[in-house]
Amino acid sequence: MPDPETPPHAGARIGVAPPGATAMPRAPVPHGIRPMPEGPPPAPRRQSFDWRAALVPTLISAVSIVVVFGALGWLVTSAEQWPRIRLQFFNWDHMVASAPRVIKGFWTNLQVWLIVLACIAVWALVLAVIRSLRSPVFAPFRIMVVVYIDVFRGLPALLLVILFGFGIPALQIPGLPNSGLFWGGVAMVLSYSAYVCEIYRSGIEAVHEGQRAAARALGLSEWQTLIYCVLPQALRNVLPALMNIVVALQKDVALLSVIGVRDAVREAQIYTATTFNYSPLIVAAGLFLLATIPMARLADWVNRRDRERRLQITG
Amino acid sequence: MAAITIRGLTKYFGQTLVLDRVDLDVAAQEVVCLIGASGSGKSTLLRCINRLVEPDHGAIALDGVPVDDPRFGRTGLQKRIAIVFQSYNLFPHMRVIDNITLAPRRVHGDSRRAAEERAREALALFGMQDFANAYPEQLSGGQQQRVAIVRALMTRPDVLLLDEVTAALDPELVGEVLRIIASLRDRGITMVIVTHEMGFARAVADRVCFLHGGRILEDGPPEALFSTPQHERTQAFLERIVESGRL
Ligand SMILES: Nc1ncnc2c1ncn2[C@@H]1O[C@H](COP(=O)(O)OP(=O)(O)O)[C@@H](O)[C@H]1O
Ligand SMILES: [Mg+2]
Repeated sequence: MPDPETPPHAGARIGVAPPGATAMPRAPVPHGIRPMPEGPPPAPRRQSFDWRAALVPTLISAVSIVVVFGALGWLVTSAEQWPRIRLQFFNWDHMVASAPRVIKGFWTNLQVWLIVLACIAVWALVLAVIRSLRSPVFAPFRIMVVVYIDVFRGLPALLLVILFGFGIPALQIPGLPNSGLFWGGVAMVLSYSAYVCEIYRSGIEAVHEGQRAAARALGLSEWQTLIYCVLPQALRNVLPALMNIVVALQKDVALLSVIGVRDAVREAQIYTATTFNYSPLIVAAGLFLLATIPMARLADWVNRRDRERRLQITG
Repeated sequence: MAAITIRGLTKYFGQTLVLDRVDLDVAAQEVVCLIGASGSGKSTLLRCINRLVEPDHGAIALDGVPVDDPRFGRTGLQKRIAIVFQSYNLFPHMRVIDNITLAPRRVHGDSRRAAEERAREALALFGMQDFANAYPEQLSGGQQQRVAIVRALMTRPDVLLLDEVTAALDPELVGEVLRIIASLRDRGITMVIVTHEMGFARAVADRVCFLHGGRILEDGPPEALFSTPQHERTQAFLERIVESGRL
């Protein structure tokens, strides 16, 4: 009679034969070379794009896009005020008339964007390197960088642009440039560098400790270890994150318009102020999209390639 | 000629005692294997020898000269003592040839041509001549470890430190790396080897040291230590190794 507390086969579950059980006699295991037919079955056919399989999902997404945006469009256009709004925001004549100025302003955006970007890339790297130096000699510099990051990450970029763009030129310090554009750009660099420094640093810290050990064991100095071993790997680690910053910065250059820099937004506003028509803003919006969407796609592509690389390494 | 003398070596990580008054003499051209459970301090002992880890007490000397002697300069010690790691630690962003020539060019001032010529010779010696332009991730583990060994040997060191260099390899790739190490022994390089391959230790070591809790509990010639271990902890350790089928 089995004990009611113990379930049947309790012993079997932990690999112990129940008392009284005898081993089942086993059939002898045959041993031999397996006969193999000639040639393996064919590999699966290479997947070309299958129109028929893609048709239904494509149709579904197309229809849902049409439905959603159609509904939104209907909602907007059926509003009582729509005819007035259309004249004010989507007036083709005003768009054409303002386009040359807005495009000229946007050219300023692009130039500022590239210059500020280059400065951020370098300045943030300097900060990140200082922050990651380990020797105690550099402790004061490390603390300065930490304070810098706390301050500039804590302040809104808009506030910095206004303070720098209006404040410093007003000081009229001899020897310093007093253009708002210059100081606004400096504010952008200082503000963004605080973020980018942290991105760089995360990339530096993600480099495996064994890499530093190997470099030091080969006799490389701390500086050489950084240049030849750590930074190349760190930059590769953070490239996707940096791409997002590049895209974000392209839009944020428009912040400089508040201190009078004649960028695309400012030019559009100036036109608006004299004609009371907002269509130039739509032109500016189109230009921004035209520039950022390819960048975003590029960022996606960089991201995807990075993920594939990681899969390859670990897999 | 290169002999290593270790006296009273003690190392704490924080409050944990990792090496406890270790004494060890390695004669020139001698091959010493360090065995012991994981966490017993083998890697730390190895890393103290080439100053990757700074000990808290004790002294290490290479041919009677303390390893922290200013006479070695900034890179003199690294030129004479090389190390190979369990995880290879090749630089993933550099081709094999650049991995190997980095130190000769940037640290020891060789020209690129001279360094690459020597690197290709060394690669050929280990059957890796076809992979000079490959990136580490394109190689098998055994091939990566061979490259790491070539990289370590480029400065013609007198002492080679090997830290579980086959532990990350698939079983069928272990042999090729062990054969290379055995061939280095024949070239007269002083070696300190951390290994879990007891058969290998038996074949190549002049002496085996058993570490436990940061101390060398027992050392002796491999035959004696493996067949008649004296300390009960050595016996227990070797029994576990036998159970796992590694002896
Ligand atoms: N960098 C480090 N910081 C803190 N503790 C460490 C560090 N390196 C090793 N240890 C500790 O020291 C002990 C010995 O480590 P190690 O020398 O790597 O042992 P083994 O190589 O014999 O496995 C372990 O307990 C480990 O956790
Ligand atoms: Mg170890």
